[in-house]
Amino acid sequence: MAQAPDLKLVPTPGQTIGPFYGYALPYADGHKLVDRAHPGSIRLHGTVYDGKGAVVPDSMLEIWQADEHGNIAQKDGSLVRDGFTFTGWGRVAVDNVGHYTFQTVNPGATDEGKAPFIMLVVFARGLLNRLFTRIYLPEDTAALENDPLLKSLSEEQRKTLIATREENGDLRFDIHLQGENETVFLAYPRNGE
Amino acid sequence: MSAQETSTDKSFENSHALDPAATADSQQQIDQEIADLHGGYRAAVESGESKEETQPRINFAPYRSSLLRHPTKNLHHADPETIELWSPAFGERDVHALESDLTIQHNGEPIGERIVVQGRVLDGDGRPVAGQLIEIWQANAAGRYIHKRDQHPAPIDPNFTGVGRAITGPNGEYKFTTIKPAPYPWKNHHNAWRPAHIHFSLFGTDFTQRMITQMYFPGDPLFSLDPIYQSITDQKARDRLVATYDHSVTSHEWNTGYNWDIVLTGSNRTWMEDGEDEH
Repeated sequence: MAQAPDLKLVPTPGQTIGPFYGYALPYADGHKLVDRAHPGSIRLHGTVYDGKGAVVPDSMLEIWQADEHGNIAQKDGSLVRDGFTFTGWGRVAVDNVGHYTFQTVNPGATDEGKAPFIMLVVFARGLLNRLFTRIYLPEDTAALENDPLLKSLSEEQRKTLIATREENGDLRFDIHLQGENETVFLAYPRNGE
Repeated sequence: MSAQETSTDKSFENSHALDPAATADSQQQIDQEIADLHGGYRAAVESGESKEETQPRINFAPYRSSLLRHPTKNLHHADPETIELWSPAFGERDVHALESDLTIQHNGEPIGERIVVQGRVLDGDGRPVAGQLIEIWQANAAGRYIHKRDQHPAPIDPNFTGVGRAITGPNGEYKFTTIKPAPYPWKNHHNAWRPAHIHFSLFGTDFTQRMITQMYFPGDPLFSLDPIYQSITDQKARDRLVATYDHSVTSHEWNTGYNWDIVLTGSNRTWMEDGEDEH
């Protein structure tokens, strides 16, 4: 792990999103990075589970990803979607049974030979700080083999970060906050945690 | 239609469900658990076994909902890659300038103490986070949220929804005009009340800086009783969530004023000499 220089300022502590964000943060088409008619449009979906395997119906998820060519969008319009601009960002509240759906595209590799992934952040009542993780695409096995993060994980842990491709091309990615299949959550150098 | 009916969202029907066994615990029991955890923390810091904590514990048993919802393994350290070194962009298209005033969203004046909360958003190196989205949400002056599952029998204010947005200025500055929220009961344990707070959602220049937190008001008598606030075991770190009353932000016959600066984590990106990014 790279040693990063010390921060000059101490980061402000995080706190839970709480149960009552539902009238504030979700917005129209927040789950829709692209329209369904967009070529290559896929559904990214899954369920959030707690340590007893119960669903977590009051969690909120955000994704951030490159487009299908691996380009990182730097365009506004993430909150007020115009239906044309790909901004790479999505936000969704899970439903009553802890299930979420994003309408998006498979991200391309941002660099030659890199395994493409979607970045995911999890918020929930009972979760005192947000959790970061990555959703890897399952196809490019050579790139997955060489991925620095995946290489540093056990086989069991690695599985928790690689999405399943369904027959119709959709991606399935479940999130386990704890328990046997606990998802690997990430911290970054310089995050002060 | 009332504001509550218009804002109802069916997907939140179960969002207030809590472990019924937990709600019977007394405040005394919760206080003792907090005291034990804090005592253990201070002893470990004083003996040099642990370093000071600056973030909440994600496993904090006095906050009962954390028990089954915290990862049990240490967070895995990752070197951020390309996509993680950028954040989504927001702009005037996304946020109207008037959205930072929560007191003008309806036809009449909301009830309560009008306040201004202002400050700066900085990264861990002290650089301002400019042009980035801040969102806030909060209860009204009676301690009630506009949320279907908030069934606390306190009045809804038809002139107050409690949602605001802003884009930070060139020096990372932000300013919200709102109503001071009240404490409200929740079901973590018997007679549990949350200190008054405003929720803040923030983005930095990297997506690794994304965070959600809560701002509290100085001198709140509920601080010591609240397991969410106390999940930050270090007093200095807890103090970072408390705004400062500032009489220069208070204005004549109009509002009281608070300052609250927010520090995101360090940016992982390699910056240009002048602190500007390339795009």
